[in-house]
Amino acid sequence: MGYERGNLVQKILIANRGEIALRIIRTCREMGIETIAVYSEADKDMPYVKEATKAVCIGEPPVNKSYLQAEKILAIAKSEKVDAIHPGYGFLSENAAFARQTKNEGILFIGPDPNTIELMGDKIASRQTMEKAGVPVVPGSSSGIRTVEEALNLAEKIGYPVMLKASGGGGGIGMIRCENEQALVKSFESTKSRAKAYFGSDEVFIEKYIADARHIEVQIFGDSYGNIVHLFERDCSIQRRHQKVIEESPSPFLSASVREKMYNTAIKAAKAVNYSNAGTIEFIVDEDENFYFLEMNTRLQVEHPVTEMVTGLDLVKWQILVARGESLPLLQDEIQSTGHSIEFRLYAEDSVRFLPSPGKITTLNWNQFDGVRIDSGYEEGGTVTPFYDPMIAKCIFYGSTRKDAIRSAEMFFKNIQIEGIKTNAPLFSTILENEDFRNGIYTTNFLTKQLVK
Amino acid sequence: MKEITASMAGTVLNIFAKEGDQINLGQEVLMLESMKMEIPIESGIEGVVKEVKVNIGDFVNEGDVLMVLG
Repeated sequence: MGYERGNLVQKILIANRGEIALRIIRTCREMGIETIAVYSEADKDMPYVKEATKAVCIGEPPVNKSYLQAEKILAIAKSEKVDAIHPGYGFLSENAAFARQTKNEGILFIGPDPNTIELMGDKIASRQTMEKAGVPVVPGSSSGIRTVEEALNLAEKIGYPVMLKASGGGGGIGMIRCENEQALVKSFESTKSRAKAYFGSDEVFIEKYIADARHIEVQIFGDSYGNIVHLFERDCSIQRRHQKVIEESPSPFLSASVREKMYNTAIKAAKAVNYSNAGTIEFIVDEDENFYFLEMNTRLQVEHPVTEMVTGLDLVKWQILVARGESLPLLQDEIQSTGHSIEFRLYAEDSVRFLPSPGKITTLNWNQFDGVRIDSGYEEGGTVTPFYDPMIAKCIFYGSTRKDAIRSAEMFFKNIQIEGIKTNAPLFSTILENEDFRNGIYTTNFLTKQLVK
Repeated sequence: MKEITASMAGTVLNIFAKEGDQINLGQEVLMLESMKMEIPIESGIEGVVKEVKVNIGDFVNEGDVLMVLG
C-alpha cells in the first residue's frame, strides 16, 4: 500500500516508564525517531531514562505526582516540540481527556480517537454499544446499578454467582465475585466506595459469573480509512487476582471454527466504534466455547509481544504509521500466524503468597539463548520501588510448536539467576511441569484450583 | 507501648479502625497499596486503639508505625 499524505513524526514523547518505554524507544530508533522520556524521582536510574534521546523529570515518585500529571507531561511535550505522544499501557493510556488535550495542542496521540477511549472506558456504555452491534455480551446489567436492592433483584434473575464490577474499572481492579445474596450485600458498598476512590465514579454493574472460563482476546488494528484487521488471539487465562501472568498465541483450547468466529466478531466490534490504531477485544469463553465480549482495551497491551512473535510484525511501528495518517501496512490475507509463542510476566513478588517484593536487584543474569525475547525494564543493580507495578520483565518464548516454546521456557527458568528480590520465577517452573498446563487444559482458576492440589 | 507497623512500603488505601476501637489478634486494621496490589495489614497484637498515626493517602515505609494500641 502506498504512502498516504500524513504527518511528519520526528520526535515522540513517551508518557510511561519501565519495559514499555524501552520497547517504544527501540522501534523509534529503528524508524529514526527521537524520543523524550519522562521519569519520576524514583526512576532516575532506570534504563529507559538513559536510552531515550532526552529525559525529563516530572516529579515525586507517587503516580499522581508524576506519571498521571497530564498537564505537566503536556507542557514538556510542547516545550520539547514533540510531534506525538505514545502513552504505552496503564497510566494515561486510556484517559480520554488526556488524549483530547494532546490533540488540541496539535500533537498526535498514538492511540484511537478520544471519543472511542471514552466510550470503551465506560464498561456499561461499551456493553450497550456491543450488544447493539450484535456482539454477544455476558448476561447482566444493561445500565448502572444504584442501590443494593436493584443489585439483588438483577442477581436473582441471572443467577448466582455474579461478578460485581466498577463501571470505570478494568485491568482486574474493582471487581468481586459474589456467591450469594449475603455476599452481594456485604460487597456492595465497599465495591462502590473502592470504585469511587480508584476510578472517580461509584457506578457499578453486575454480570453473570462464568465458571471454568477462559480469557481469550483478539488483537485488532484499524486505520483512519476504515480498514480493520485482526492479528489473531492471545489466551490469557492464567491469572492471579484477575491479572494476567501468562499469555500465549495461538490458544491451545479453541477449535478452528470458533477461532474464526471470534476473529470475525472482534472485527465487527471494532467496526462498531470505527476503531483506529491498536486495540484488543477481550472475550470470556465458557467450557462449551461460547464466547462473550468482556471489554475493549484501547491501547497497546502488555502482552503484545506474543502477537509480534507469531506474526513477525512490529505493533509499535504500526501504531506510529497509523497515527501519522498512513493506512495499515498489510491486508488481512497478508497477515499470517506461524508457530507458537508464550509470554511469562516476571513479577517482583513472593511466588507463594503473591505479595510484592520491592528491593535492589543485586544479581540479574538471564542466561538468554536463541528463541527467547526479554522485554525488561530493569538491569542488574537496579531498584524495584514500591510505587509502581511489580512487573520487572516479560519473558517471551517462541517455537515452531507449543511443545518447543514450553521446552525453551523450562530451560530458561531453570537457569535464570535473580537475587536481592523475590520473583515469581519458581511459580513458572511449577506451572511448566504441570500436566494440565502442558496439555493446554487450563482456565482462569488454574493458579488457585488446578495447580494447588 | 504496643504498635502496629507497616509490613512493606506503600500508600494507605483504607483504615478500618479508629481511636477507641478494640483490636483483636489477626484483625485487619488497614489496607496498604504497594505496587498496584492491596496489602492487608493485620494486627499482631491486641488492645484498644490509642492513636492512628496515618491518614488515607499517606505513603509509609516498611516499619513505620501505623497505629498505637493501649
